[in-house]
Amino acid sequence: MRAPAYILLEDGIRFDGESCAADAHAVGEVVFTTGMSGYQESVSDPSFAGQLITFTYPHIGNYGVSAEAMESERPWARAVIMREACDSEDALGAEGGWLQWLSDCGVPAISGVDTRALVRHIREAGAMRGGLFPESVSPEQAAALIAAEPAMDGQDLAALVTPAEVTHHGQDGAGPRIAVLDTGIKSSIVRHLVARGARVSLYPCTTPAAELLASDADAILLANGPGDPAALGYVVDTVRELVGRRPVWGICLGHQLLCRALGLQTFKLPFGHRGANHPVKDLQTGRVEITSQNHGFAVLGPAGARTIDGIKPVRWHTDFGAAELSHVNLYDRTVEGIELLDVPGGAVQYHPEAGPGPHDSVYLFDRFLQRIAEAIA
Amino acid sequence: MPRRDDIHKILILGSGPIVIGQAAEFDYSGVQACKVLREEGYEVVLVNSNPATIMTDPEFADATYIEPLLPGPVAQVIERERPDALLPTLGGQTALNLAKALHDDGTLRRLGVELIGANYEAISCAEDRELFAVAMRDAGLRMPKSAIATSLEDALDALPDLGLPCIIRPAYTLGGRGGGIARTPEQFRTIVARGLEASPIGQVLLDQSVLGWGEFELEVMRDRADNVVIVCSIENVDPMGVHTGDSVTVAPQQTLTDRLYQRLRDQALAVIRAVGVETGGSNVQFAVNPDTEEILVIEMNPRVSRSSALASKATGFPIAKIAARLAVGYLLEEINNDITGVTPASFEPTIDYVVVKWPRFAFEKFPGVDSTLSTHMKSVGEVMAIGRTFGQAFAKALRSRELDKPPKLTAIADEELLASLQSPAPERFEAILELLSRGASVEEIHKRTSVDRWFLRELATLAADPDAPFAGERTFKSVDTCAAEFPAQTPYYYSGWERPSSGIYSDRAGPPPPGAPEPVRPSGPAHEVRRGERPSVVILGAGPNRIGQGIEFDYCCVHAAMTVRESGRDAVMINCNPETVSTDYDTSDRLYFEPLTLEDVLGVIEVESAGEGGLDGVIVQFGGQTPLKLAAGLAAAGVPLLGTSVEAIDLAEDRAQFGELLGRLGYKAPPYATAHNVADALQRGDEVGYPLLVRPSYVLGGRAMEIVYSSDGLADYLRREVQQEGRQQIFLDRFLENAIEVDVDALCDGKDVWIGGIMQHVEEAGVHSGDSACVLPPHSLGGEMLDQIRAATREIALQVGVVGLLNVQYAVVEGQLYVIEANPRASRTVPFVSKAVGFPLAKLACRIMLGEPISALGLPREQEGLGFGDHISVKEAVLPFDRFEGADAVLGPEMRSTGEVMGIARDFPTAFAKAQAAAGTPLPLGGTAFISVTDSDKDGAFAIAQILHDNGFRILATRGTAAAIARMGVRAEALNKIGEGSPHVVDWIERGDVDLVVNTPTGSGARTDGWQIRRAAVTRGIPCLTTLAAGVSAARAISSARQGGAPPVLCLQELHRGRDAVQVS
Repeated sequence: MRAPAYILLEDGIRFDGESCAADAHAVGEVVFTTGMSGYQESVSDPSFAGQLITFTYPHIGNYGVSAEAMESERPWARAVIMREACDSEDALGAEGGWLQWLSDCGVPAISGVDTRALVRHIREAGAMRGGLFPESVSPEQAAALIAAEPAMDGQDLAALVTPAEVTHHGQDGAGPRIAVLDTGIKSSIVRHLVARGARVSLYPCTTPAAELLASDADAILLANGPGDPAALGYVVDTVRELVGRRPVWGICLGHQLLCRALGLQTFKLPFGHRGANHPVKDLQTGRVEITSQNHGFAVLGPAGARTIDGIKPVRWHTDFGAAELSHVNLYDRTVEGIELLDVPGGAVQYHPEAGPGPHDSVYLFDRFLQRIAEAIA
Repeated sequence: MPRRDDIHKILILGSGPIVIGQAAEFDYSGVQACKVLREEGYEVVLVNSNPATIMTDPEFADATYIEPLLPGPVAQVIERERPDALLPTLGGQTALNLAKALHDDGTLRRLGVELIGANYEAISCAEDRELFAVAMRDAGLRMPKSAIATSLEDALDALPDLGLPCIIRPAYTLGGRGGGIARTPEQFRTIVARGLEASPIGQVLLDQSVLGWGEFELEVMRDRADNVVIVCSIENVDPMGVHTGDSVTVAPQQTLTDRLYQRLRDQALAVIRAVGVETGGSNVQFAVNPDTEEILVIEMNPRVSRSSALASKATGFPIAKIAARLAVGYLLEEINNDITGVTPASFEPTIDYVVVKWPRFAFEKFPGVDSTLSTHMKSVGEVMAIGRTFGQAFAKALRSRELDKPPKLTAIADEELLASLQSPAPERFEAILELLSRGASVEEIHKRTSVDRWFLRELATLAADPDAPFAGERTFKSVDTCAAEFPAQTPYYYSGWERPSSGIYSDRAGPPPPGAPEPVRPSGPAHEVRRGERPSVVILGAGPNRIGQGIEFDYCCVHAAMTVRESGRDAVMINCNPETVSTDYDTSDRLYFEPLTLEDVLGVIEVESAGEGGLDGVIVQFGGQTPLKLAAGLAAAGVPLLGTSVEAIDLAEDRAQFGELLGRLGYKAPPYATAHNVADALQRGDEVGYPLLVRPSYVLGGRAMEIVYSSDGLADYLRREVQQEGRQQIFLDRFLENAIEVDVDALCDGKDVWIGGIMQHVEEAGVHSGDSACVLPPHSLGGEMLDQIRAATREIALQVGVVGLLNVQYAVVEGQLYVIEANPRASRTVPFVSKAVGFPLAKLACRIMLGEPISALGLPREQEGLGFGDHISVKEAVLPFDRFEGADAVLGPEMRSTGEVMGIARDFPTAFAKAQAAAGTPLPLGGTAFISVTDSDKDGAFAIAQILHDNGFRILATRGTAAAIARMGVRAEALNKIGEGSPHVVDWIERGDVDLVVNTPTGSGARTDGWQIRRAAVTRGIPCLTTLAAGVSAARAISSARQGGAPPVLCLQELHRGRDAVQVS
């Protein structure tokens, strides 16, 4: 019933399986996520734009899909790679079958793949381009398609996912007004802010700083999103004009953009952090949070170090005053958060909004709103 | 926060004998804790009554006490050792209750012992339903609603809040008699009315029913800084209503959305904080309404549990080890994850495979027992299987169970099978698979079982083609806690079947076309097994715990692994039992969590034979029957077996060959015959002579073994056990009446023999050796008889050609020695003997199997085979009768014990009393004894009565026994038999007016007087001795205890300290 299909990586490795959703091929960066649930949230997360997601958990689709689980209006991942796929729609709360939904959205998917072997290969060889191809595409055609695909480094994918127009959310709230530079925000972030009374406006990421400063926004949120932060110089320039004038807070790509605006550098991780189990230590409280992660790039520490070793407080002197490391990843000791000390602002590399993943860090939204309140007062 | 240095010595409590609901998982957790705490530089004192545990090996603690897990003996240990802290969270409910009792009686405060891991308040909160309910309410969590009613009006008032269906339980009735589940208002009225009448205090307890809801468990860990992680989620495939120990479970959860799962996670965190478990692991159980997503907290265990052992094996996250470190002050982030070596323990394992756990039942051992599964756990063991998909894991778990008798369902009609699903039975999943294979719909099965449709659809695929999950090739993959995100350092593997992905272009696509990228091979082979240059030795484990094959064999396998490692070879373990120490990845150099079938084992051997080191051989002697059954197949496949050869095993196990050998050597054996059909059996029965011990061939633990006294009895047996079961071969042995049974464990290297221990059974022959109490050294065999036994053992070992361990069973009748059987393998008694004599027999045997002669082992000359100290050891069996309503509590040739305890003392009566106390039925020091024996036992009964009478007991007896005792001069009051009307003997027992029962059976069958007496005694937890010998031993022990006071506790290390001074021959 399902037609043979295969995954080809840019280094020539091939994994076979069966096509199980849209009858199309897809090319992009092949990445893996280790979360055991939340497949629909992942696929509809704009941060996955341009990528083929490999799910390490073998059974995907068990509980169908629902409107509630959408992190944006459509799937953004280019394709889905699975060990076993399920299309049933009779689970509690399911509004449709997973594979049918992917098909309807035109997303190709493959099942029957030895995903563990694929992941081990990416772990050893690093994230790379690749594609999912029906058998009708010959290996040489496939190789040519992969070669034609630009590498992730230097790609501006925010332009792809950013909205064309401003939208407003939670306007009946009594909390602060937050302008979001929307490089591909997840719905969960908006939901968390609105649930706390914030009035949220999502701006295209090309919006000039002047326009944002002229608005009634009390604070700026730099959203998550796909691609290489180094390719988003125009957003970084905007951010440089905002820091110090409004409280600025960032999540994920937003964290990288804020850091670049401060003059810090970013780099590409060997195979990224994607999953729901990375321990992150909040250096202000000493607490360890289990976090939801989805990023392929990270911020360099002082002196260009990729990891933060030792336990001494880490500080940067930036164009906007001092900044301090606020969160560190206990898996690989990469930078997970930063706090500005002289002007209101900060950011985290991970996803306090979860969706999918644990709720350990949702307190950061309260902390953010608290800081805004202090800044306004 | 670093480790605490204000404490130095820590007391760890074990969980005692293996019983239903408390098995080897607590040996696993205890061993991990002992290792870790000693690594951290603490002195460890250990108390456990179970000799078959690794934790009671002297090298695992600084001071080891094999003593009853009761406040008295443990308080004595505390007095003697003065530990600074007590870690009570690793020894199951037993240790937790004991710690609570030691707090309540003031011992801990008096002797300045701090509870670590869980404090008193947290233990109380989790254990006390009311406190727990309050804590949950305060934390904003919900539990099933409940109410108490003393009238129908009360009950009807409470009904709207509780909702239907509603569970109604009359207060204070045995086994919930008179209760039920009401699904309609009419049923509710009827059952409440009935319940109020049935309750002696006119009260019913009403509970909101969560039957059919999804059942989920989360394993939670917390450190002193309030960091909390979830180690694993477990989903019960069986919905609420079946005890989780009896449920088929799967990890991780499969059917919850991320949003719902995260709600469960939030609540689990809230529960551990609300209960106040400061450090360590807890298990939180939830019910989830499949229609409304409503979540209810069912219960939490503030300790390491069966589920946490499963979670540890399922994820590779060693919960007990980490819990022990947290208890002494470390934070999760300060502890390394062994598996990756580079990441901290403050994370949540993520897995890329599926784990399925299956319970193992033993209902065939307890005829007449209701096998319906309910909230009362009834399984005796479990298996775990890991696969890349649910289908793989489920199918592997099915074959891991090693059923003696797979259910035969093909002949049963659809309607009957469907009807059988209404109440969960042990074969429910076989019935589901059978129905699905006949085309039943998922919906139809879901309606009857409430099993989630996702599971049923997976099962339907499996039913359609049982081989479907195993398409592709077998690859061995690592359990790594991180879904391959980091390289795994620990060698813990499982097989998963995958589409080959080893080349760039599959065969189908042909060679790469010109201009295509250069073909590269993937970074590693399909197998992830990493091994060095050392040769491997594969040890086959014992599979699931079941009656007849318990933790003793796992103990031997663990010892084999240690010995193989010490020899410079790689120890490779194959086993599928998640409860055990053998399946701890620390135990061996490589662990394969695999079913113990020939095919699965050969799969591992193929991988282990490859590479530089190669395979030195396979050890099949230590895992009981499970690996032994594979020996011939392995040998046929050309796999080298270490130790005793297959031919030698055959010689010992084949009755004809072995009988011939005994004849040649001039040893007596009971007359026997083998029959091949019913008529043949009846004829041969007459030839052999009655009474007969009959059994089908190839059974374990005396399955279906019975004693028959006449040809009528034999005919009846043949009808029940042979014709109905379709068995072919029947063994008939003359049963030797009034024989003393003797067990010998010995080592043999092919040239030399060393007798490890000679044990005398307390019960006469006819009671399965696994169920009989035994004493080492023998307390009533003369020196000459012992010489004969030693000589016979030596000769049999050499003639059979044993290389390794040998167990021989003898019977002594009127001064004559009979050889009953010889087993060329580790026996159930090896751990007991090892602890009694202070020499690790299994390790020594393993060294022999690896090529060392006995003379190189540095063993002392046998001191008459009597053990080597000035102490006496008694082993007592622990029976599960209290778990099985309707089972006859009498001992027989079919083994029915689940575990064992050991009593060590300077004299036999004290050791016997300790063993009884450890087994859960401490002997009374005074009160009332009831004696009722068969005619042939009447003389013996007098001896018992006399001792008890002299020690101030009031003696009650049935009329016949009373008269016999009175004739000999001891006053005994006669009680009514049941048929003679109330107040009869059972009334007396049920009222609590009897403290000790001695009752030897007059016949088998339900509802005899004896059956009811024994049943009543078991129900009330009164010691009930069913053989004369045990009765006499008990009476002597009571007498001795009354004179000597509380017996002193003995430290194993001190007992055996003098051992090294023994002259080496």
